[in-house]
Parts: sequence; C-alpha cells; structure tokens
Amino acid sequence: MSEVGWWGVLIAVVGGAIRVSTPYLFVSLGETLTEKSGRVNLGLEGTLVMGAMSGYAVAHLTGSPWLGVLVAGMAGATFGLAHGAICNLPRVNDIAVGIALFLLGTGLAFHLGKPFIEPSAPRLPHFALGAWSASPQVRAALEINALFVVGLVLAPLLLWGLRNTRWGLVVRTVGDNSDAARALGYSAEQVRAMATMAGGFLAGVGGSFLSLYYPGTWNEGLSSGQGLMAIALVIFARWNPMHCFWVSLLFGGATALGPALQSIGITTHYYLLNAAPYALTLVLLVWSSSTRHTLVGAPSELRISR
Amino acid sequence: MTAAVPPPVEIVGMSKRFGALTALADVSLRLPPGSFHALLGENGAGKSTLVKCVMGYYRPDAGRVLVDGREYAITNPRQAHELGFGMVYQHFTLVPSMTVLENLVLGRADLPAVIRWDDERARLEAFLGRMPFTVSLDRPVAALAAGEKQKLEILQQLSLGRRVLILDEPTSVLTLEEADQILGVLREMTEERRLTVVLITHKFREVQAFAREVTVLRFGRDVGGGLVTDLTRDDLVRMMIGTAAVPEAAARAPIAERPVALEVRDLTVASDRGVEAVRGVSLAVRSGEIVGVAGVSGNGQRELVEVLAGQRRSESGEIRVAGAPCRRTRVEMRRRGVFALTEEPLRNACVPAMSVAENLAFRTFDDPRLIRTGVFVSRRALRAEARELIARYGIRCQGPDARLETLSGGNVQRTLLARELSGDVAVLIAHNPCAGLDFAATTEIRARIVRARNGGAAVLLLSEDLDELLELSDRIAVMFEGRFVYETPREAADPHVIGRHMVSHG
Repeated sequence: MSEVGWWGVLIAVVGGAIRVSTPYLFVSLGETLTEKSGRVNLGLEGTLVMGAMSGYAVAHLTGSPWLGVLVAGMAGATFGLAHGAICNLPRVNDIAVGIALFLLGTGLAFHLGKPFIEPSAPRLPHFALGAWSASPQVRAALEINALFVVGLVLAPLLLWGLRNTRWGLVVRTVGDNSDAARALGYSAEQVRAMATMAGGFLAGVGGSFLSLYYPGTWNEGLSSGQGLMAIALVIFARWNPMHCFWVSLLFGGATALGPALQSIGITTHYYLLNAAPYALTLVLLVWSSSTRHTLVGAPSELRISR
Repeated sequence: MTAAVPPPVEIVGMSKRFGALTALADVSLRLPPGSFHALLGENGAGKSTLVKCVMGYYRPDAGRVLVDGREYAITNPRQAHELGFGMVYQHFTLVPSMTVLENLVLGRADLPAVIRWDDERARLEAFLGRMPFTVSLDRPVAALAAGEKQKLEILQQLSLGRRVLILDEPTSVLTLEEADQILGVLREMTEERRLTVVLITHKFREVQAFAREVTVLRFGRDVGGGLVTDLTRDDLVRMMIGTAAVPEAAARAPIAERPVALEVRDLTVASDRGVEAVRGVSLAVRSGEIVGVAGVSGNGQRELVEVLAGQRRSESGEIRVAGAPCRRTRVEMRRRGVFALTEEPLRNACVPAMSVAENLAFRTFDDPRLIRTGVFVSRRALRAEARELIARYGIRCQGPDARLETLSGGNVQRTLLARELSGDVAVLIAHNPCAGLDFAATTEIRARIVRARNGGAAVLLLSEDLDELLELSDRIAVMFEGRFVYETPREAADPHVIGRHMVSHG
C-alpha cells in the first residue's frame, strides 16, 4: 500500500465526513431543540424520508432545489406539529407516537414518491474550496455543500439562542421544570408543540439533502437510519448544538470509511466497515452512559414513561 | 406594577368542588395593606385550593376577588401577577440547570426577545443591594441549599414587583434559624407596609411568632380565626383538628445497654451525578435505640438510605448487622431483619398500580406460607394475610384488591409500615416517615416507630422535621455535605445548635 493511498483514505474520510454529516447535523439540531423542551421525537427518521421525497419532487417539478428544501422543511414541520399536538393529549406517550409517525412518514413517502424515482431533479449548489489543488481527490473532498454551511451557521446560532433569547429560556424552562413554566404563565404544551414543529422542520431539511445533494436521487433505500442515529447522537452530544456539530462530523467520517478504503482497493470486510456508524452509535452510547449516575445536561422533563 | 404600598385585597365567598368533593366552601379573607395573615389547617383542608383560586390556577365555582375595591375575574396566573399577586410554592419552581441570574430574569412578564445580560445583571445587582438577604447571581440553582432556594424564590417575587405574597408552606425544607430569618424579614416588610403576606402553614409556632391574623380551615370550611394575640395554641389545635380522636404517643421504654445492631464503617456513596454524596460516614445503632439524623435534604441522606436499603451500591465502606457484614439483598435483609421505610413510598417502596395485598407481600410472597404446589403464589393466602394486616394497622382501603394508588398518603404509609414492621425487626431505617401526613397519621406512625424501638429494634431515623427527631430520638446526629458533623444525646439537644450545624460546620 503506497503512502499516497493512505493519504487518499484520510482525505476521503474528511471529505466524506463533511458530505455525509449534513443530514445527521440537521436532524440532531432539530432533536436537540425538541428534547430541550422535554419531549422526544423518535419519528424523525420518517420525517427525514418525507423531507427527501417532497424536496426531490418539488425540485423536479419547479426546477428550483431551494424551493425543494423549503417544502421539505415544511413537510417536516407538519409532521413535527402532528407529533406535538398528539403528544399534548392526556396520557399519550411520546415514544409510541414517535414510532407510529416514523412508520407513517416512511410509508407515505414511499407511496407518494413512486412517480419520482426515475426523473432527475436539479442538485443543490456547492462551494469548490479545493480548486487550488491539482489532486482530484482533494478537490472532491473540499466540495463543501451549501446546506453544510447553513448547518455550520445554525449550530452556534441555536446555542446562542438557547442561552440569550426569550424563546431559548422558555424552551429550557419547559424542558427542565414544567411546573416552573406553568407558574410563570407559559403553556408547556404549546412550547413543546412549537419546539417539536421546529425540530421537524430541521429534520425535513436534512432529508432534502439526501435527495438533492448526496446521494442526490430519490429512492426507497435513501436513508439508512440516519434519522434514528441522529437521535442517539443528541444524547452523546449532551443536548449541546455545537457538540452535535462535532459528533455529526464524527459519524459522517465513520460512514465514509468503508467507501474510502474501497477506493484504494481494500475491499475485505467492506460490508462490515459500512456498519461502522452503527457500531459507533452502540459504542458511544454504552461508553457515555452509566448505571451509576444520570447524564449531565439531560433535560429533567425527559422521561420515557409518561 | 410596582406600587410602593400593596393594595387592599378582599376574597369573598370562595368555593370550589372537585367532583363530589367540596374542597372549599364559602371562605372569605380580608387583607388590608401590610397584613400578615396565616392560613392554618391539615393537609387537604383547602388552604392550597383557596390560594390557587386566587392565583388563577383553579376557576372557583363561586366567589370574588376584590383588589383596591374593584372586582377582578382572575383566570390565569399572569393576570394575578399583573394585579401584584405573587406565590411561592411548596415545591421549588426554580429551573435547576439555570443560574440564579437566569432564573431571576425568567420571571419577567415583558421578557425581551433578545436578553441583554449586562443590563439585567446591573439592574438585579442594584435590586439585591436593597434587599435584606442576597444570593450570588452566577451560581447554578442546582448547587444552592434549600434555604438559599427559598430565599431566591422570595427575591424573585419581590424583584418582579409583587406586593401581595402568598407563601405555601415555605419553611418545610428550612432549618429553624433560616425559617426565622426569612419570616422575620417578611414580617418587617409588612410592618413597613411594603408587602402583604399570606402564609400557608401547619406549624403553630410560625403562626404565633410571625402572623398577626389567622384563619383556620378544616374540610374546606372556615372554622375560626382572628387576631393571633387573642388565641392560644390550644385554641388553634382544637380548631385545626376538631374533636377527632388523636392516637396517643407511645411511651418510651428506658434504654438498656444492648449490643450494637447496625454498624456502618467509612461508607462512601456516589450520587446520581457521580459525585460523592456520602463521604466516609461511620455510625452505630444499638438495639432498642433510635438514632435521629437531622439535616437539610440533599446532604446525602437519600443516598445513605438507598445503600442501607439495598437500592444503591456504595463506593467503599462496610455495613454490619449484629456484628457480621450484611449484603443488602432481598433474601439477606429478610433473614437478618433489616427493614426500611424509604421516603416517598409511592416512588421508592411500592408499586402504585398493584394491589394493597401484593404490595404488602413484597417481602414475603416466596415464603412457604404463601406458596401452593411448590411454585405458585396463592392469591387466597395473600389476601388472607393482607386482610389481617389491614385490620391490624388500620389501613383504610376498599379491601386487599384495591390498587395502592387509590389510597391516601397516610394509608400508603400505613401499608408500608404493615409490610416493614410486621416481621422480626432487628434494624429499621426510616426516612421522612411522616412527610406530608396529617396530625393523626403522624402521631400514629411515630408511635409505631417508638414501639418497634421498645421491642428491641435498632432504628435509624432520618428526617427533615427537627421536631420529629427531638420527639423520637435517643441520640441526634447532624448530616451536612455527606458527613456527620455533630452529635448530641436527646437530653442535651438544643434545636438552635442543631440548626446551626445543619447549615455549616460551625
């Protein structure tokens, strides 16, 4: 194995991390916001697929990828609002509702998306930051997609917003002590519905990335559980948007490992290496959890039995 | 609304029903500016219902609130806040993960879209400078002691310009001195006519020391009251509990020199957050002795009890029962007679959705007496056993098959007592056994604990209620930040000295 080959792997992993991390990033930022309000939305995988389908369809029909992103977000927001509204009913469990909406979202997307499997839609733009390099690998790795840049701005913005704005304080209050929120005159139900809707919007946008940039087509095998892994990722990121950003990159890198090794000719254990992100999810969750103490930073209203 | 003098308030004919239960029947209060009015009553007497109607949490079925002579229909807490009403709740309504500054800012009705922390800090520092007590702005609320949290709750209400302050049992988590300090300051502020205070309490001492007027509620009705100076403690007791028979306190048998039954050596325990909650604690309790542990909650009591009751692992140290090491497994605890009344039994010691009979059998269901044909638990034997215990411990329920969650707090605690005290008790751990219970249930449960002691059990009693410890204990230790910092025999116990040790090593 030549030295250039290993550099190639590294460059491909870095490039892959940037490319593949985008849906993780959007879904995890959305889920962070939702969970900060004290609710879990497990349906984001369905929202992601729904966003991918609707974004692709609209981009194909109108010719504008950005309009596709917007519609994908709106489809996600609709699902988020549905989750929020249903969970506000008495004695409804958010985990069960999330799983139901997960299945509904993927099913509905497959059904409505049938006619869009063949036709092509315009791709989202990217910034070619690697133009200076003669190496095609470097150029490919440094193609930074526009949504990644949006996510890069969004993560610190969300962190700032949670700390310094009215809605940030209110969301955190509802998520940490809903009695306090009630005593202050805020409706925990309303805040949670809004936070779940906003979270759904971001997950929908994340989905549009899959169909409009990478891999860049619509088909039924488009998402391989990114929506679910992003939820696990939120726990590892300790509900901190900036940590979500770094952890998304890590997961993106893990996903890119298999293809990168294949590109230099290592094909043994190809499928095993493709399972790297799933293994990573397991390892990180086990490593960051403990039977002996609770997670630091977890919103105290987050409970599975409600 | 930051009027300097609180407005005169009148509450007229307040009534509230919950289904068939009349929680509040035609209760009226007059609160002239600067009054300090106590609402006294047992649990479920309607005190909280009354103020929740005033604060707009409940919609009363009848009744009016007049502020400054004008009638207002208050339908939500925000409206009450605008009228200058503020409430400090029994359970803290602070957000633990936020700092003091964030919590103080949070209450603003006109919270700006983007918060300018520098301006807020300057404003609040100026405000705190005018207050009789202060709290550091940058500490997270989770790190504050209970007394500081209670002060912060009050400061928050004052910083928001509230002029009629309703306090719902604010001293239940405070030491005697903290309670005196806070209530003293509030009393002064009412004397300066800067504040009107309504104090909900069931402590006679606080009524007599701080309130000027009192209204006693029983079963939702106004059963008497007036100027505090016109009433004796006996008058108040009679009004509050009526003519209901109160069980008598058990007599204490004199302590004989008996062997040590429970011994803890250098016990260190980590909390849920992974920090040390119990730091190298050692103690010994003899048979026939009650050792009381005083302390503000959150100083390691819960973790200590959980380790002793086998619910949590310790980091290091040893626990010995009757001289031999004891692993707190279910089997070993039963064999060696270790029993526990953990706090909040519905969360820690019982399964609310299971029946009374099943809850009573948690320690015994695999006992040969209750087993038929080798492996099956006999429902019939379970019920028969439960019926006997229900009668013996006076548990009021619809029968052995009633789900535990349908019982009142006092009867849940009686169920737990029946389960834990009906066997051969060598060691009993009790943690806040009477918290939230009414006068009659409290007296009865304390009597049962004393009886267990007289019968030779070694009792470790951890309580936030100093009166309870002074009444029951043979020795009292003080737990502070995970250590025992003070110990005194019952005869020499001084509540003020104990209170001081509860908040510092001093």
